Amino acid sequence: MEWETVIGLEVHAQLNTVSKIFSGAATAYGAEPNRQACAVDLGLPGVLPVLNGAVVAKAVMLGLAIDARIAPRSVFARKNYFYPDLPKGYQISQYELPIVAQGHLDIELEDGTRKRIGITRAHLEEDAGKSLHEGLGAMTGIDLNRAGTPLVEIVSEPDLRSAKEAVAYMKKLHALVRYLGVCDGNMQEGSFRCDANVSVRPVGQEAFGTRAEIKNLNSFRFVERAINFEVERQIDLLEAGGQVAQETRLYDPDRDETRSMRSKEEANDYRYFPDPDLLPVVIHPEFIERLRTELPELPDAKRARFIDAYGLSDYDAGMLTGSRELADFFEAVAAGCDAPKLAANWVMGEFSAALNRSEVELRDSPVSAADLAQLLCRIEDQTLSGKLAKDVFEAMWAGEGDADAVIAARGLKQITDTGAIDAIIDAVISANPAQVEQYRSGKDKVFGFFVGQVMKQTQGKANPAQVNERLRARLLGD
Amino acid sequence: MKLETLTGWRRRLRAREISSRELTELYLGRIARLDAQLNSFITVTDELALAAADAADERLGRGEETPLLGLPVAQKDIFCTEGVRTSCGSRMLDPFVAPYDATVVARMKAAGAVMLGKTNMDEFAMGSSNETSFYGPVCNPWDPDRVPGGSSGGSAAAVAARLVPAATGTDTGGSIRQPAAFCGITGLKPTYGRVSRYGMIAFASSLDQGGPMAATAEDCALMLNAMAGFDPRDSTSVERRAEDFSADLERDLKGLRIGLPREFFGEGLDPEMRAAIETALAVLKDRGAILVDINLPNSGLSVPAYYVVAPAECSSNLARYDGVRFGHRCADPLDLQDLYTRSRAEGFGAEVKRRIMIGTYVLSAGYYDAYYLKAQKVRRLIADDFRRAFTEVDVIAGPTTPELPFRLGEKSADPVKMYLSDIYTIAVNLAGLPGLSMPAGTIGNLPVGLQLIGNYFDEARLLNVAHQFQQDTDWHARMPAAFV
Amino acid sequence: MSLDSDAVRRIAHLARLAVDDREAEGFASALSDIFEFVETLEGADIAGVEPMAHPLDAEQRLRPDAVTETDQRDRFQQSAPSAEGGLYLVPRVIE
Repeated sequence: MEWETVIGLEVHAQLNTVSKIFSGAATAYGAEPNRQACAVDLGLPGVLPVLNGAVVAKAVMLGLAIDARIAPRSVFARKNYFYPDLPKGYQISQYELPIVAQGHLDIELEDGTRKRIGITRAHLEEDAGKSLHEGLGAMTGIDLNRAGTPLVEIVSEPDLRSAKEAVAYMKKLHALVRYLGVCDGNMQEGSFRCDANVSVRPVGQEAFGTRAEIKNLNSFRFVERAINFEVERQIDLLEAGGQVAQETRLYDPDRDETRSMRSKEEANDYRYFPDPDLLPVVIHPEFIERLRTELPELPDAKRARFIDAYGLSDYDAGMLTGSRELADFFEAVAAGCDAPKLAANWVMGEFSAALNRSEVELRDSPVSAADLAQLLCRIEDQTLSGKLAKDVFEAMWAGEGDADAVIAARGLKQITDTGAIDAIIDAVISANPAQVEQYRSGKDKVFGFFVGQVMKQTQGKANPAQVNERLRARLLGD
Repeated sequence: MKLETLTGWRRRLRAREISSRELTELYLGRIARLDAQLNSFITVTDELALAAADAADERLGRGEETPLLGLPVAQKDIFCTEGVRTSCGSRMLDPFVAPYDATVVARMKAAGAVMLGKTNMDEFAMGSSNETSFYGPVCNPWDPDRVPGGSSGGSAAAVAARLVPAATGTDTGGSIRQPAAFCGITGLKPTYGRVSRYGMIAFASSLDQGGPMAATAEDCALMLNAMAGFDPRDSTSVERRAEDFSADLERDLKGLRIGLPREFFGEGLDPEMRAAIETALAVLKDRGAILVDINLPNSGLSVPAYYVVAPAECSSNLARYDGVRFGHRCADPLDLQDLYTRSRAEGFGAEVKRRIMIGTYVLSAGYYDAYYLKAQKVRRLIADDFRRAFTEVDVIAGPTTPELPFRLGEKSADPVKMYLSDIYTIAVNLAGLPGLSMPAGTIGNLPVGLQLIGNYFDEARLLNVAHQFQQDTDWHARMPAAFV
Repeated sequence: MSLDSDAVRRIAHLARLAVDDREAEGFASALSDIFEFVETLEGADIAGVEPMAHPLDAEQRLRPDAVTETDQRDRFQQSAPSAEGGLYLVPRVIE
C-alpha cells in the first residue's frame, strides 16, 4: 500500500525579552539554579502575575509577518496539571482566544515550487522550569530559572507531507522570528523547539490517521530524523495489522528512535479556565499599525529586492536572505565595494566557507563587512588578483589586519604598470629562445609556460589579464 | 483606662496623652490576659510590635502625622508578613514564614501602624464559622458557645473584645461582613480592585477583596485610607485617584434613596432579625433617607453560582501547595505522586478538600459548560440586577445574615446549611460591589448586623451612611461583658 | 446529581489528594448534597448571556520589559522542605 505522511508542527519560540512574561525576573540563559526565579516565578503564596508589554508587541509582529488575524481581545487561561517543574500547578497560556490566528507561511520545496502552509494560531504562554536527574541519587532537582520565560507557540495546520517539508517550514519560521528580532533562535539553548504531530494514511484517503506527538525536538536534523523514524514505525505497525496509539513520544537521538513517554500518558484533563488574576488583553488598531510600520523587511520581500536591485540570481538571493544577519552582512559588503555580484560570490563562497571551517557564528566573524568590502575594492581597482585576494583574506581571517595592511606588509600589490610588465616579458622571452620558437611554430601550449615564468618573476603580483594580453602581443609581434 | 476607638486613640497619641508603646503594651496585655477565651490570634508578635511602637513614638515626637502612626492593628493571617509565620489557618502553611510583605501590610506599615499579630481564620478563608482553622475554632465574645462567623472570625472577635482597635479582613463571599455582624462590629468589603491582592493569599481571585474591620465606620475609613490604592503588582488593581474615605462622613442623609431588596426580607429571615433591621432602618429614615422597595430577582441564584465559581478558582489557586517549594511535606514520600497526594491530604482540612474537589469537578472535561460557564452567566445576571437597582437608589440595605450567630458545631456537619449563612452577602462579591456591615441592634445578648451595599467605588457613601447611623445609636460602642 | 466514591477517587486523583475508602464515602455524600444544591442553577434563564469572568470591565495593564527582581534564592529556599545546591528536590521523576 502507498502511504501519505501528514505532519503538523507546534513550534515553541522563546521571545527575547529581558524580563519574564509575568514577573520582573531576568530571562538570561545559564544562571546558577533558581537565582533567576523570583517569588512570582516560584508561585509563592499571594503573588500575582503582571503581563510584560514587550511580549504582546512581539507576538503581534509575528502575527503581522505571517499575515494572520490579530485578536482585538485575547484571554489568558490556566492549564492545570501537576508537575514539579510547574510551580503553580498550572501553566498560564491562551486557550479559547489566542492573540494570533489564521496565518500562513510559504515554503520552498526541493523542486523549487512553493507551498503555502497554514498556521492555525499562535498563542502566548509561560515556559516551565527544568528537572535535573544527574548526580542527585534517588532525587530529581528542580531549577525554576526558565519558569516564566515568555513563549509563543505557533501551531501549523496539518499541511506538511514529509520530514523535508517539516524542516523547510521550521527553517523558514526560524529565519522569520530572527528577522523580526522577536526570538534569538538559539536551538541549543532551547529558544526554538518544536513538537511534531505525525500520522500516516493510505494515499487517497481523506480521514487523518491516528497521530503521535513527538515532543521537544530542538534541531532541524532531529526533526527530520524523528519524523522519518516515526513514519516508518507507523507504516510498519499498520502493515502488520496493528494500530497507532495516540500518545506522546520522545525522540532519542543516540538511538535514532522515538519511544512512548509513559509519564505523560495518563489521561490529561487540563481544566482550562480564564485566569482570574489577569484581565483580557485588548489590542487597539493604532498599536497594530504602529508595529506594522516598525516591521523589518521580511525574507521574501528581501529576496525579491536582491534580485531586482543587485541583479542576483534567484538562487543566490535565496541563499543570502536565508538569515537576516547574512543578508545584512551581504548588503554592507555590497555597499562598501559597489560590486554586488562580487560581494555575493565572496559572501557565499570564501567567507561562508571560512565561517564553516572555523565553526564561527556570523556575529563572531573576525572579518567584518567593512573589512571584506575593502578587500573587494582592492580586486575591483586591480590591486589584487582574485588569487592573491584569497591569500589576503586568509591573512585577514588569521588576524593579520585589514586588506590594505596585509597587502602592504606582504608587498602583494599587483603590478599593473604596462612598462614594468613589458620589461619582465621581454626578459623572459630573451631567456627562452627555444620555447619562443616552439610557440611561433604553432605550439600554443607553450603559452602557459611563458605566463608561469612571468608570474614567477613577479611573485604572482602581475595582473594576469594584462600578462596574457601583453605576452601574446610580444610573442606574435616580434 | 477607657478603651478608645482607633480614631480616639489617634487623637490621644497626637495629643501626647499616651505613647504608642503604652498603647501597644495595653493591648498586648489584653491579648495575653483574654485571648485564651477566644483563640482569636494565631501568632502574637510582641517584640516586633514593641519595636514598631518605639519607632512610632520617635516619629510622633518629631511631629510626623502618617494616618495610622503608632496605632495597634492586627492582620488576618491570610496577608503575607515578612519574617512572620503566615499560615492562612492551614497546616499546609504552618511552617511558612513569608519572605515578603503583602502590599496591604506594607502600606499599613508605611502609614505607621503597629502590628500586634496575625488573627485566626477559616482555613484558606473557606468557611463561615472559623471552625475550619487548623489552629482551632474562635469563640464569639458575646457567647463563647457560638461562632464568631468566618472566615475573618479571629479579626472580628479580637476587635469586638477590644483585644485590638482594628484589624484587616478579607471577603470572598461575606468573610468580612458576616463575622462583623456576628461580633457586633463594623466591617467593609471594598469594591473589587480597590485594595491590592498582592501578598493576600488567594482563595478565589475574582472575588477576594481585603478590607477593614473596626468598631466604627469612622475607624474603617481611617483604615481604608491606608489599605486602598493602586498597586502595579496586581493586574486587577484599579488605577484611580487616591480618595479620602473620611471626608464625607459628616454628610447628611437627606434625600438619600435606600433600596430594600424584597428578596432579602422574605422567608428564611429570622422574624426577630427582621424586626431589628426594620428598627435600624427607621433610624436612617429619621435622618432623612427615603426607603424604597426594590427587586434583585436573581439573588437566589447567588449561593449556588458562587459554589461553582469560587471552588473552581480555589482548586487551581491551591494547586501550588504541593510540598515542593514551601509548606507541608509528608514524611518519607515513596515517589512523586505519593509526595503530592499525601502532602496535600495531610496539609488541607476537610472543607478545603471538599472545595478543591468541587472546583476540580466543575472544570473537568464534560462538565465545564454545565457548571462553570453557566455559573459565569448567572454571575452576569446577578451583576445586572444590581446595575438596574442602582439606577433607582443610592444605597441598598438589608440584613447581613439571615440569623443570629449559630452554635459551634451546629452546622459543621452540613456544608450546604453552612453555605446558606452567606445568602445575603455573596451576590455582592459576584458583582464586585462594596458592602458594609454594621451593628444595628441585639437580640438577647447577640448582635444583629445591617448590611449596606453601594455602587462601584462608592465606599465613601457607605461609610457616610454608617457613620450617620452611629451618631444616633450606640450598638457599635457596646462591649461583650466578659471583656470590659 | 449524585457522586459515587469512584467518581470521588477520580477527582481526588486529578486534584492530587490522597483519600482512603472511608473518606471517599464521606466526600461522595457531601459532594452529592452540594451538587444537588448547585443544580438550582438549572432554572436560570441564561440564553444569550455573556459569561462574566471578572467583576470589573477592564483590560490587562502592560508592564515595561525591565528586570526589577534580584536574586533571593537563599531567602526563598529557607521555606523549602528539601533543597540542595540551589535545587528543589523531589523523589526521582522517571521520564
